[in-house]
Amino acid sequence: MITPVPLFNYFGFLLDPANWGWSDGSIPQRLVEHLGYTVLAVLIAAAIALPIGLLIGHTNRGAFLAINIGNAGRALPTFGLLSLMVVLMGTGLVPALIALVVLAVPPILASTYAGIRAVDRSAVDAAVGMGMRPTEVLFRAEVPMALPLIMSGLRSSTLQVCATATVAAYVGLGGLGRFLIDGLARNQYDQVFAGAVLVAALAIALDLAGAGLERAVVSPGVRQRGSARRGRRRGARSTDTSTQEAPTASTAG
Amino acid sequence: MITFDAVTKAFPGGTVAVDNLSIELPTGQITVFVGPSGCGKTTSLRMINRLIEPTSGTISIDGEDVTKQDAAVLRRKIGYVIQHAGLFPHRTVQDNIATVPLLNGVNKKQARENAVELLGRVGLDASMATRYPAQLSGGQQQRVGVARALAADPPVMLMDEPFSAVDPIVRDGLQKEFLRLQAEVGKTIAFVTHDIDEAIKLGDTVAVFREGGHLAQVGTPQELLDDPADDFVADFVGRDRGFRGLSFVTAEGLEVEPVQTYVDGVRGVRLLLDDAGRPRGWTVNGSDDVRAITGTFTKQDSLRLVTDLAISSPAGVAVRVDGDGVADGAATHASIADHLADARRESAG
Ligand SMILES: Nc1ncnc2c1ncn2[C@@H]1O[C@H](COP(=O)(O)OP(=O)(O)O)[C@@H](O)[C@H]1O
Ligand SMILES: [Mg+2]
Repeated sequence: MITPVPLFNYFGFLLDPANWGWSDGSIPQRLVEHLGYTVLAVLIAAAIALPIGLLIGHTNRGAFLAINIGNAGRALPTFGLLSLMVVLMGTGLVPALIALVVLAVPPILASTYAGIRAVDRSAVDAAVGMGMRPTEVLFRAEVPMALPLIMSGLRSSTLQVCATATVAAYVGLGGLGRFLIDGLARNQYDQVFAGAVLVAALAIALDLAGAGLERAVVSPGVRQRGSARRGRRRGARSTDTSTQEAPTASTAG
Repeated sequence: MITFDAVTKAFPGGTVAVDNLSIELPTGQITVFVGPSGCGKTTSLRMINRLIEPTSGTISIDGEDVTKQDAAVLRRKIGYVIQHAGLFPHRTVQDNIATVPLLNGVNKKQARENAVELLGRVGLDASMATRYPAQLSGGQQQRVGVARALAADPPVMLMDEPFSAVDPIVRDGLQKEFLRLQAEVGKTIAFVTHDIDEAIKLGDTVAVFREGGHLAQVGTPQELLDDPADDFVADFVGRDRGFRGLSFVTAEGLEVEPVQTYVDGVRGVRLLLDDAGRPRGWTVNGSDDVRAITGTFTKQDSLRLVTDLAISSPAGVAVRVDGDGVADGAATHASIADHLADARRESAG
């Protein structure tokens, strides 16, 4: 028999000061664990997907294969993959991370490749023609121009991993997934509710951090939204233009 | 001097873009490659800085075979300007201009100072230095492209249709400033265009290309207009080449009649001067209506302008002025024709 829980109780776990101290199984500890799995998985995925994405984007070779393998990875159910890993390797951090990395790679790979391919060819032609060597072309021209797309790939990958990292709890690890599993097992729905809210809050916080990072590393000249509009307004306001033409409407790239 | 010696480029798939091209581009001059689209101008240009490698033949700069040099090092000594400027959208104007100096290891502060100074030389305000390319008009971007090519002070410049993507009025301004700039810097320039007017206006030497990467004729603009090698060239330079040839004859030595209140008895046209003797306009048949003067010329102007003024004035004469703008002579159709005949005799003899 399931006893209906009064509404206010949904917040019971979340609002209980006892859960906010630093102790085994407390909210701060689970948050840090969850953040750790997420950041670790995204970093490993980036270390794999960024170089491959840059290489196939720059050379335009092997794109078909890489993108399709990536997409196949995306189609794998993470929970299924995790179960397989546990069967093969036993429980622990490594199988959980592998499952999360497989999930995190495709968005980074696809957006990095697409970002490099979408770079204005005439700017790349100019870069080569002015005497940049291949690595200089890549890092001084292509990557800075592709950065808005690369960053959006990293951010969407982070969101997916943050939401999915709850599976770690199924293989005996910590993280916010513990609240979901333990809460369900003990019919403590306020704990389940707390777990769900915290995952969402962490995802939002990570995305805001991603937006901040994006602002810091992406040149205002290639920022996606609003940059062209801002430019046009500034162009119209200026009185020092030596010609009478209207500024070009679109940003290159 | 840039020398093409029997250069051929065949692309995989069989297109022969350039066929056995031999030509010399004199040091310190503008050589224009002109011709219809697809005749191999861009391919020829891009072989100079090794963006394309020739299938056979050699290209050398001051006697040095370009293929014997490291491509990146070679390119940093060759300014490169392309049609849509190809600016880096993520870099400010000053950092775009500083590209090659920065590659060469010049420190950032120094490179930026030079960049801002170059902005002035291409006719842009220093306040543009910190803008991004997306905040500039097409013509302004093109000026930045030229400044960027000049930044490392390379002896050679390659320009591929640099002014084709801007509207005609802006293009005219860019061309004039480009000539002014070239008079200061004296670079060895290879300039590609499909526009014969631009070729004639800018080229010290013009090389006319035809389909299949063949060179149809090389010569000064005047030589092309006066003496086209064949029907293709004659057709390409256009039917009004006689009139266009007037651009190369100045009004120096042109016979003029005294001007004081010039009266054309037949049409009753009268030139009005202000107190200082500067032309104001024309009156016709003693009416009070003053028709504004359409323009005047000086001894340095071309016969093309003089002819145009004579045709458009109600009296059929063009008014000459001195350095102060004071009218000092009137040229008639007859005197223009005589002057032209003299000039032709001189250049022939
Ligand atoms: N990379 C390439 N591969 C194959 N054919 C090419 C390539 N680049 C140019 N061509 C061909 O070579 C010819 C000359 O091209 P191009 O030099 O660009 O002409 P232009 O600049 O005079 O318009 C054209 O027929 C063009 O289609
Ligand atoms: Mg071309």
